[in-house]
Order: sequence, then C-alpha cells, then structure tokens
Amino acid sequence: MIGVLVLFSLFLFFRGHDEPGGGFIGGLVGAGAFTLYAIAFGTEASKKVLRIHPITLIALGLLSLVISGLIPLFTNDAFLTGKWLFLEFGGTVWKLSTPLIFDIGVYLCVVGFIVTAIFSLEEQKLPGKS
Amino acid sequence: MNGLLVMPIALPLITATVALLFRSHASLQRWVGVGGMAVLVGSVFLLFRDVHLKGIQVLQLGNWDAPFGITLVADMLTMLMLGISAIMGLLIAIYSVYDIDRERERFGYYPLLHILLMGVNGSFLTGDIFNLYVWFEVMLIASFILLALGNSKNQLQGALKYVFINLFSSLLFLFGVALLYGTTGTLNMADLAVRLPLIENTGLVTAIAMIFMVSFGIKAAIFPLFFWLPASYHTPPVAISAIFGGLLTKVGVYALIRVFTLLFTQDVGYTHTILLWVAGFTMVTGVLGAASHFEFRKILSFHIVSQIGYMIMGLAFNSALGLMGAIFYVLHNILAKSNLFLISGIAQRLSGTFELKQMGGLYRHYPFLAVLFLISAFALAGFPPLSGFWAKLSLVKAGLSLEQYVITAVAILVGLLTLFSMTKIWMSAFWGPVPEKGVPEHFGKETLWGTGKLYILVVPVMIVAGLIILVGLNAQPLLEVCLVAAEQLLNPQTYIEAVLGPQ
Repeated sequence: MIGVLVLFSLFLFFRGHDEPGGGFIGGLVGAGAFTLYAIAFGTEASKKVLRIHPITLIALGLLSLVISGLIPLFTNDAFLTGKWLFLEFGGTVWKLSTPLIFDIGVYLCVVGFIVTAIFSLEEQKLPGKS
Repeated sequence: MNGLLVMPIALPLITATVALLFRSHASLQRWVGVGGMAVLVGSVFLLFRDVHLKGIQVLQLGNWDAPFGITLVADMLTMLMLGISAIMGLLIAIYSVYDIDRERERFGYYPLLHILLMGVNGSFLTGDIFNLYVWFEVMLIASFILLALGNSKNQLQGALKYVFINLFSSLLFLFGVALLYGTTGTLNMADLAVRLPLIENTGLVTAIAMIFMVSFGIKAAIFPLFFWLPASYHTPPVAISAIFGGLLTKVGVYALIRVFTLLFTQDVGYTHTILLWVAGFTMVTGVLGAASHFEFRKILSFHIVSQIGYMIMGLAFNSALGLMGAIFYVLHNILAKSNLFLISGIAQRLSGTFELKQMGGLYRHYPFLAVLFLISAFALAGFPPLSGFWAKLSLVKAGLSLEQYVITAVAILVGLLTLFSMTKIWMSAFWGPVPEKGVPEHFGKETLWGTGKLYILVVPVMIVAGLIILVGLNAQPLLEVCLVAAEQLLNPQTYIEAVLGPQ
C-alpha cells in the first residue's frame, strides 16, 4: 500500500505544473502513506520505512525553497525569477526549472511537517508511554 | 534592482535551515546561530551604504513588475530598522549561547530565532500591504512557539493571552486589507498611495485607517490595547524577553509609521489627533503601571508601553522634526530596553530571583554590572549625554514648534516618572542590603569574568551600553540620517516613483 501511495503522490506532484496537482497535494498524499503505515504498525516501524527523520525533511525542503529562489541571482535576475532548462533526452524534452525545485521543497516540507505532527500525536496517545 | 535587498530575508532562512539540519549538534548549532546573525549584519551594512548613496532601493520579486508582483522597498527608515534589528539579533544570539538551556536548543531555539528575524526583516522591507500581513504571521508564529517553549504553567498562561490578542489583531488587519483591496483594487503600497486620494468616499478611507490603527495598535501595545504585553513578556527566558521587548512591538510602530505617512494622510486632522491622544494616554498609563510593580521584568514590560507612547507622539506630530524624533526614539529605545532586559537576566542569575524585594547588594558585589544598569536606565529616562536625551529633546522641540504644549508637558513628566521607577530598581536590587535569606550560594563569590562563563552574558550588554554612549556623545550623524528618513516619509512621491517608475 505504501508504495502505491508514494507513487501516486509523485504522479500528482509531476502532473502539477500544467494540470491540477503539485507539491502541496502530492506531499499530502505522501504523508498519508506514512501515516497509514504508522497507524497499522506503529510509529517506530513507520520511522524505519521513512529512513530520514521528518524534521530533516522539513529542513531539506526549506533549503530547496531558498535555493530555487537564489539560482536566478547568478544570472542577474531578481530573487524567485523562474528559470527554465530544456533538455533533449531519449526523444522527449525534459523541463527542468526553478519552480520545480521550489515544488520539491513544498513537497518535502508538507511530508515532513504532517508526519512530524502525526508521529508526536501518536506517541503521546497513551499516558506514561512517552 | 538590487539583489542585496533579498538578503535580510534569505539569510535568516538559510541559517534557520542549516541550524535545523544540525539540530542534534548543540555546539555547532550555536556557531551557526551566531555566525548567521553576523553575516546578516554585514549584508545589511552593504545595503545601507547603497541606500545612503543612491536613495531608495527597489526589488521586484520574480521580475513581476509593480503593482502586480511583490515589491521589496528599502528606504532610509527601513534601513535603520533593519540595521538595529540585525545588530540586536547578533548580540542576543551571543547572549543566548549561555542563557538558553539545552532542552530549548534541542527543540529548535536557533531556527525559530532566525525565522522570527526573517519575519521582522520581511515586514520592514515589503512594499505590499498583503505581504506585510504574511510577514506579520511569520513573525507571530515564531514568537508563539518561542514564548511557549518550555511548557511551564506561567509561560502558557502568558502565551495564551498573547496568542489570542494577536490573532484578533491579525484578523482586523486582514479585514482592513480586504476593504482596501475592495475600494482601490490594488495591494501595492505605492499604488495605494496614488489611488487612495482619488477615492471620493473619504469617510470609508478614514474608517479603514481606523481599522489599521487598532490592528497595529494592538501589536505595538498602545493605550488602551496594551494589556496583553505586561501579562506575557516576563514569562520566557530573558533572551527571548529581550528580543520581544526590543523588536516586536517596534514592528507595530514601524507599520503605524508606514501606513500613516504613506497611505492615510487624507484626513490628518482626524486620524493624527486620535494618535496624539492615544500617545499621551499610552505614556501615562505605562509609566504608572511600572510604578506599581515590584518584579524586575514586569516593570520593564510596562516601560515598553510607556515608551511606545513617545514614538506615536512623534508620528502624530506629522512634521519632519517629529518623525525624526520618533525614528530616533525607536532606535534608542531598542538599545536601552533590550539592554535592561539582558541586565535583568544577569541580575537574576546572580541573585536567583526577579523580585526586587528579594534582591540586593548587586552594587557592592558587582559594581561593573551596576554601571551598565545605570547607563541603560539613565538612557531610558533621557539623561544627557546618553542617547535617550537626544530622542526626547527632538520630540520636545517638535512639540514646542507645533505649539502642542500639553502633550509636551506630559512627555517631560513621564520622563521624570520613568526615572522614578528606575530608581526603584536601583535602590532595592543594586544599592539595598543583601537580603538575609534566599540568596544563592554563589552570590558575591562568582565574578563576572570567572569560570562561570558569565562573560558571555556581560559582553553583549557591554557592547549595547557602548553603543548607547556612542550615540549619546555623537548624536549628530544619526540624527541627520533620521532626518533623511523622516523627509523621505513626508514626501511619498519619491517612494512612489522608486516603486512604480516616473509618473
């Protein structure tokens, strides 16, 4: 189940630029995957599946938000200007851009934040257990 | 376009992120926390030079032209506020290294401190009224957590009042923004300044102005909306009290100055008269509240309220001299007030309490600390030749030149009363005898420079005291810069043209 949900969330994420979807909703679905896992097998197991600590995810997310804003400064443009890079690769055009980095940041922040909140709520559910 | 403009916002965010990544390494986090502030001070100075030499600097974020995109604007007022907040941020970060306990560090004290500063800097820089609201929220959310971090009952009580009243104020702010957008169709402050005078329904504009006055008034803690401040500011650790007391209310004052010089100048006779009355009552109630309390930090909290009155008074005069006085007063007050909070922290560490009645003998055992206190307290009360004297002098001069004798007399009287409650602290905590019981064992034995590492607390206090003296002895350059800022505020045309291009 977790694999399907994460795949679905990535699908939503990449669909996001031109159609409904994007970092925020993708992140929500991704966080949902780990939350379901935590409800089924406990937070410890879910943390193991997640591998990275959720707060680190938030930090990495914030970092990519800043980086996406700072990249245009190197080409003498204003902060947060959208920059696009088109790569021909195997017949398809890959669109790499600063909005993409920004959206990855949003995705990571949403997953990190929701998972942190849910985990700390789960862990404090039973009095005396924390 | 000037890329430096984004640095006061981006740098704290980067620092906060890095500190968050290394949240389990306590010492590394401290270095990042202090180092990030130092870089911030440097970048603000570079930007200050640009504004000083070339006039108002503007950056259109993401290359979306004003009035459609978000604009960052740095005029002289912005730069002075940014400068002082960066310097205080650096000094308080150093102070925190000793003052903040491991538990709070683990729960992200340094990232939050930098996010708070990002919110403060963003509010100073933005040229968009809705964006100002967003920065206020960034600042408030960080401050909520900083205030409640630690979970003591006392703290949560204070935090609860703080959160509710500030959310209410944000709600009013949002109403005001919505009404402004509804009447003018724009949110860019320069564009608003162009369009508001064209609105025929002047009553509506004045009503919106009053909504903003109440909303920012709550944040700045003016009469009669200040009661939340003394109820919450004395609860968190001293470093947090100091940054709140020094910076956060001044962001409210900044917002008041900005909107009542740039946007709402249509009915000055009405709005600014109310501001003048409010200023008078704020000064008096604040100082009387301070006179009736005997807890170190509570006295200081009431004095924040009373001092805000002076700044609002300068704004209400709406003249170059008055605004210059107000801006100078903000700068001086951030120095003196934060420093008093920091000193109260050292005094508490030495004598184990904030209650004046249980303190004493600090002068005898720690004369150097007493001198530092005297400098800041006399500066607050407005003694020559310290910074507060020049601040009060320019306000009094402005009042006399406008023939506002009553409010000027109130201002001078409140200065005397300030001195009274500072003397109260001096008499009991510093000059009074050492209390017979309840004094911690290390009192009198531990020196400020000894192995207890108290010097980490003393050095920032010394630097601020040095700045107070420096500003006091050589006030002319700073007064001139403040006058430039005031003149920019009184001629919104330069601001508008810098943002929107020649009209």
